Amino acid sequence: MTLVALVPLFSVIFMLVWRGSKQLSLGVFTELPPTAFEEGGGFGNAIVGTLAIVGIAALISVPFGILGAIYLSEADSENRLARSARFAAKVLSGFPSILAGVFAYGAMVIGARVWGWGGFSAIAGGVALSILMLPMILLTAENALHMVPRRMKEASYGMGATSTQTMLNVTLPTALPGILTGIMLAVARAAGETAPLLFTALFSNYWLMSNGKIDLLQPTASLAVLIYNFSSMPFENQIEMSWAAALVLVLLVLFMNLIGQAVSRRSIRA
Amino acid sequence: MEIPSDETQISRPPTSWEKFADRVFRGLTYVFAWLAVLLVLYIAGQIAYYAWPAIQERGPGFVTGQTWDNNRDVYGILPEIWGTLYSSLLALIVGTSFGVVAAVFLSEGFLGGFLYRVLKIFGCQNHPVLGKLPSFLDSLLKNLIELLAAIPSVVYGLWGIFVVIPLIREPCNWIHEQFGWIPFFGTSLSGPGMLPAAVVLAIMILPTITAISRDALVAVPSKLREAAYGMGATRWEAIVSVIIPTASGAIFGSVVLALGRALGETMALAMLVGNANRISVSLFSPANTLAALLANNFPEAGPKEVAVLMYAALVLLAITLVVNFIGAWLLQRATAGLEGLR
Repeated sequence: MTLVALVPLFSVIFMLVWRGSKQLSLGVFTELPPTAFEEGGGFGNAIVGTLAIVGIAALISVPFGILGAIYLSEADSENRLARSARFAAKVLSGFPSILAGVFAYGAMVIGARVWGWGGFSAIAGGVALSILMLPMILLTAENALHMVPRRMKEASYGMGATSTQTMLNVTLPTALPGILTGIMLAVARAAGETAPLLFTALFSNYWLMSNGKIDLLQPTASLAVLIYNFSSMPFENQIEMSWAAALVLVLLVLFMNLIGQAVSRRSIRA
Repeated sequence: MEIPSDETQISRPPTSWEKFADRVFRGLTYVFAWLAVLLVLYIAGQIAYYAWPAIQERGPGFVTGQTWDNNRDVYGILPEIWGTLYSSLLALIVGTSFGVVAAVFLSEGFLGGFLYRVLKIFGCQNHPVLGKLPSFLDSLLKNLIELLAAIPSVVYGLWGIFVVIPLIREPCNWIHEQFGWIPFFGTSLSGPGMLPAAVVLAIMILPTITAISRDALVAVPSKLREAAYGMGATRWEAIVSVIIPTASGAIFGSVVLALGRALGETMALAMLVGNANRISVSLFSPANTLAALLANNFPEAGPKEVAVLMYAALVLLAITLVVNFIGAWLLQRATAGLEGLR
């Protein structure tokens, strides 16, 4: 039965390589998506869009997660705030990803209209993904900070360092590989998420630019949404394109997972 | 205090600037810990805020209504609630049986043990390269199962459309013709439907069940296993009547957590379930789920529909929160129960 459970995995990988590689060429990385009856084309804008959205999400969730984790790791076990923050992170990690999209839609797409901007944008997509990344980063970072031996911290305190100096110069560098693993896994998960992006970043057939400048406040393409949109189209070329995009997306996600695992293996040895 | 000046001093008390920086930094971490708590409240509060007009206007009738019609301004999500629960339950039955068996297989090291015996026949179980093969294969198998979790759900959806549906359509329609009088097979499978969605969903929740169950099975103290062997139990008897019952709390917790994931899963279902607003026990009938409803209707929603969709999101939030609480509580109780056995 275990081997039966692995059949889907091999089937997915086989289909990805077989159907995905047919269309894969240099063009797909540089060209724009094809329109209805057009041949060829690519999804260069979706790759750029995915990287931009995930980058924004990381920019929000990484500092947030690490600073929160520092508080949690330093607090004693009786600390009410630390306990409720940990509980909040666990609640968030079991959160359906579509609800992160619903929240970002309310906060960024229609909520931000009060301040004169808003609408579907790369930033709204980034906010949605950051909510999914935050609990993963927070909980793994807290774990990594806890693993730092007490002796190292006490040696630092003994030299007259403040707890901030101890944290920044001793504890944080020691825990860094573990924290990086958490970040890479969170990024890998976020890159593959589709549901929160459907109605926050939406989709676009063009590059992430307006008037020759990079514009993060307009609808943005992403690989995941491209796969979803193109998979239900009746045109052969679009379906082939979504397989190629799926192959690129899976390779991207696996690559980040591997980096994460490589970093964590190094930290165990050290 | 006099400090001897002929030695270089590394240790010294912090300066007042350093004390100030310490306070600021500590304050900063304090604020972010608070923000994490407030974020959860803010998310729930914001969804409730946008849903409020719809809640006031429609009340509980929204949850029991069966039609969704923009033009007539009639909204109800009972078919979606049914579809969400039914698809998750079906996926859970398939995913749990495969997931727990896989966990037992992995935790007992059956593959490695089998390979070891094969190698022993050829007398090379201590070979420097071949001798490492059993443990290598065991960890490879574990990583492969975990790889299932790394594949994005939209890719599973794509795979479901182009592999699973064509594969099962013929057999399903044959079953419908032969056994159509059984309500489960009451309709024919014309494409997307409940069964392909549930199958793909089962594959997606399997890694969750296997990973947590395997950890629980490995954590069963070896004393218990040895006691069972000492009483003359076979390996099979020890697994079924001692090891699995001991780990059952954690296994059950993993199943409930997997249920939480299945309830909130969006993409694979939006692509495979057919998005039809109906209640049917037939496995081959198209249906809809709450998450798929949100995914399909949000991009083009007007202000009025947004309020209704936010109400639906609130219902989904409530369902998943309750399920996740129960799962986390069971896991915590299960690990606490094992403490006394060590």
